[in-house]
Parts: sequence; C-alpha cells; structure tokens
Amino acid sequence: MTANAGSIGRSSGAKPSLNGKASRGSILADRAATVVLWGTGALVLLILGSIILHFAMAAWGVVSLSFILDNPSQTTLGGIMPVLWNSIYMLALTMLIAVPVGLLGGIYMAEYAGDNVVTGAIRFAEESISSVPSIVVGLFGLILFVDDFHWGFTALAGALALTFFNLPLMTRLSEQALRAVPQDERSASLALGATKWQTIRHVVVPLAIPGLITGVILTAGRVFGEAAVLLFTAGIGTPPHYNFANLDITNPASPWSPFRPATTLSVYIYKLNSEGLGAFKNQIVDGSAAILISMVLIFNLGARFVGRVLTRRLTAA
Amino acid sequence: MPATAIYPEPVLRRVEVTAPRANEDAEARPAEIKIATEHVSIQYGEKVAVRDVSLAVEARSIMALIGPSGSGKSTFLRCFNRMNDLIPGASVQGQVCLDDENVMDPDVSVVELRRRVGMVFQRPNPFPMSIFENVAYGPRRRGMNDRRKLDELVETSLKRAALWDEVKDDLRRKSGLALSGGQQQRLCIARVLATDPEVILMDEPASALDPVSTLRIEELMRELREAYTIVIVTHNMQQAARVSDVTAFFTMAEDRAGYLVEVGPTGRIFTRPNERLTEDYISGRFG
Repeated sequence: MTANAGSIGRSSGAKPSLNGKASRGSILADRAATVVLWGTGALVLLILGSIILHFAMAAWGVVSLSFILDNPSQTTLGGIMPVLWNSIYMLALTMLIAVPVGLLGGIYMAEYAGDNVVTGAIRFAEESISSVPSIVVGLFGLILFVDDFHWGFTALAGALALTFFNLPLMTRLSEQALRAVPQDERSASLALGATKWQTIRHVVVPLAIPGLITGVILTAGRVFGEAAVLLFTAGIGTPPHYNFANLDITNPASPWSPFRPATTLSVYIYKLNSEGLGAFKNQIVDGSAAILISMVLIFNLGARFVGRVLTRRLTAA
Repeated sequence: MPATAIYPEPVLRRVEVTAPRANEDAEARPAEIKIATEHVSIQYGEKVAVRDVSLAVEARSIMALIGPSGSGKSTFLRCFNRMNDLIPGASVQGQVCLDDENVMDPDVSVVELRRRVGMVFQRPNPFPMSIFENVAYGPRRRGMNDRRKLDELVETSLKRAALWDEVKDDLRRKSGLALSGGQQQRLCIARVLATDPEVILMDEPASALDPVSTLRIEELMRELREAYTIVIVTHNMQQAARVSDVTAFFTMAEDRAGYLVEVGPTGRIFTRPNERLTEDYISGRFG
C-alpha cells in the first residue's frame, strides 16, 4: 500500500490541467469583482474626502478661535458661539433621553421579548418611523409640543422630536449589539447562579459596548446634522447673547434652560444660506459647515475612546 | 410515561439503576446519594432527546457519562442544573433529586440550584475580565463585596483549581482570556469553586485541550473528588477509565433518542460490561 505516497487519488485517466479553459471565466469575474468593489470603496472615501477638503479650503481664513467663541455680529464676521453651544446642548439633551430609552428598548427586544405579534409590531414601527421624512416628524413635534402643550419653540420640544426620530434606530442598534454577544457568555454567567438581570447588567451590556457606541454615534450624527425636525420645534433665528452665569434652568433667558428656543448650527446654516443678508454670509456658512464636520468627527472619535474606557471599567472593576 | 410505553426496549436494557459503589466488593454500607434521577425524559419540541433515565450519583465520587455523539449525555447533564430551561421548546419529565429535593419543582430557585450545582463547559469560557473578577463573579453576584473576604476566596479557589502559582502575580491586570486554553479551563473551574458548590458538572471539559492540559484537569478532578460530587461527560473513554468511579453508558435508540444502557463501577464497565452494546462501544466496534 503506497497509495498515499505519491499521486492523490487519480492514477489513470486525464490529468487535470492547471491552466484549464474552464477557469478563465471565473478568474475574469474574480478580477472584475475586485475592481468594482475596490472602486466602490474608493468612491466612498473620495466623497468624504472631497467634502472635507472643500469646506477646509472654504473655511480657511474664516475659522479661528474668535469665530468659535464670539457672538454673531451684524457688521463684522463675528462668531457662532451661541449656535455651536445650542448644537452641543441639543445633543446632550437628546442623548440624555434617547440613549437610556433606546438601550432599555434594545435590552427588551434582545433579551426578553419573544417572537410574537407585539415584537413584530415594534419592529414594523421601528422601520416605519425611521423612514418617515424628518420634516414630517418636525411637523408632528410642532403640533404636539409647540402648539398643543403650549411650550412654544423650545430646546426640550426639539430634543423630544429628535428622540422620536432617533429612538427606533437606537433601539434597533442596541438590540443588534446585545444579540451579537455570544450565548456562551450568558450561559457561563447563569450557570454560576447569576440572575438574568445580573447577567445582562454585568456581562451582556459591557460586552456589547462597542456596538452600543456605534448606535450612539449614528444617533448623535443625526442630532448634529438634523435641521428639518428642529426648524419646527426648537426654533430658528439668531440667538441672543447668552449669559452663562445664569444657571437657573427654569429661566428661559438662561442658556442652560431647556425651555428656550435653541437654533442649532445646522439650522443656522440653513437660515443664513437661504435668507441671510450680511456681507459675511458666505464666509459664516462655510466656516459653520467646517465646524459642524469637525464636531461630528471629534464626537465620533471621542465616543470610541469613551467606549474603550467604559468596556475596561465595566469588565474589570 | 407515554414514551417508554411506545419504546419499551431502552427500559429493558437498563440495569443497575441503584447507586453503584466505587468498590464492587465493598460491604453494603449506606451510600450517600447526592443526585438521583427518576425516569427522566427530555424533549426538544417533538423530538425525544433522552428517554427514561434513572440513575444515582454517590456523594464525593466521579461519574462519567460516555456514549456516542447524539446519545443525549450532555442534554441529560444539563437537567442537573436546569440549564435546559434556557433552550426554547425543551421540556423535562421525571424527577431530578439533589439530596432530597426535586430540582424540577417549579418552586425551586434556579439561581440557588446553580450555585450548588456548578458547571464547567466544553469550550473554556472565561469572561473578558481580569482573572480576579472572573473568580469573584459568582460571589459578587450574591452580594459579597468585602474586599478582604473576596481576596481570600479568590486565592483559595485558584489554589484549589491548581492555577494560583501561575497567575498570582497579575490577578487584577491580566484578562482571563490572555491565559492558555488549559489555564482558562482551570480558571473556569476556580470560578465555579468560588460559588462553593456541592456538585460540579463537566461537559467534555478537556475536549478542546492539549494532552498535557488534559492530564492536569484530570489530576485536578481526582483531587476535587475529595470534597465534591462530579459528573463528567466525555467522549474520551481513556479519560472516563482514568478519572471516574462510576461509568454510565448512553446510546441512541432507533428513533435517535438517547437512553442509558448500563451504569456500574468503572472498572467493571470497562472489563466485564453486562451489555453487548457497551462492550461493542468500549472495544471500538461502534460509536
């Protein structure tokens, strides 16, 4: 028996050729796929790159420390501090509402809910709300919060409308992140006598943090960038000079209060670009756009960093 | 038992349903039975995975469950700590008694049960936490927060699992996942020991390990036997022969339901099995 010493299997008959014609078609298809896929990837990078490059060039000479820290001015370039503040404020307020609710919804969907009519309806609602145009969500916020509740244009109305808009995404992404945690980890915890909630709290959620952070980033990006929802809810206009020493959050004059109109950076860009009149209008728009892009990038990087720290803290403390 | 009424064969083939003793010739001393199952059948939906198994495990002994893949050994093992509860559609009939309590009773707290009946899985599955936190996980979940007590418990558990000397220098810095496969499995054993169990279930604990690590786990099992009752599922017959006091042989019926063929002292099962099926399996003629 020397069968496995030399040739494998075939001892007679036609030898398979290494450059058979049959393989030529599939090699071509393989090359074509490589080129197309590589090209698509390159296109994505090119689009992002050209957007960043365009605004970096347009904002050159406009963006400076005083552009970020000064109040808007009628006669000079001025700054965008109040609208930048509002963007950050709206982000924080919306995240404060949407992240916990979205996370709890995701935990319910991933760990508790069965596969039944109710969860089917929830999933259908998630998908539907996500595809409702944001201007419609804004209109709904206008009717409900601004008019029916008599809140007027307020940061809180804007944050709640943004939550409506973002909650389905946040819930879905949380659910996916939690489901991606291997079943082994849950079994290990339960087998040690941990309860279901302890298992979720101490094993599943910490392990899902990278995925949860992705959800937070995508949600946050939509808060930063969203203009349509906020036009009708948080208001549009040139903000007053804020007095940051006024810490009374019930006072609408305080920049810390959720009960005041809050024009954000993206709404401000929309307003200036469509109806602005000042001599520096174009520079301010370009500068604001550059700041907006930078904020999104900074937030994304920051969120990933926080995610890493959180994972370490939650799994090792 | 509708199942056994339809398929009487497995029941007829079952022998020695009472607790076998480690030494066959020993005088009849009252054996302390830790776990006893009575007519346990397990179904996944319509499919019967395990049919009518009754056996008893003596305290402070090692019982090995052997048999071909699909004979329901692991499924059967998982009813001791009710891990089958987690599988949708799984149902268990019959009684599983831990000491005198039926663990299948709906009033039983599975959390308490699983603390008393620990489990080591086939694939080492330490949490992605520090070595210390892995071992402290069980005690912490039961509210132990005293730092000194935890330190002490982690140290004793790791020493018992024969891992202390290898990890004592970076308990808190090193992740459980940074250990080798064999070390990870001993960490998982330490993690179970820290919850102070009475019974330890091991589901092919060495099947993912190299021979040296396997031997270390086996040595460890022999030591743990002094204080704990151990039930191990293994594919490795040499392993069953080396470590266990009692061996239970499972196989599949024609409808692919697993059943117990025979159970007896390991020495006898491997030299003079009562059943032809056992002999065929052990001598490698099938399975």
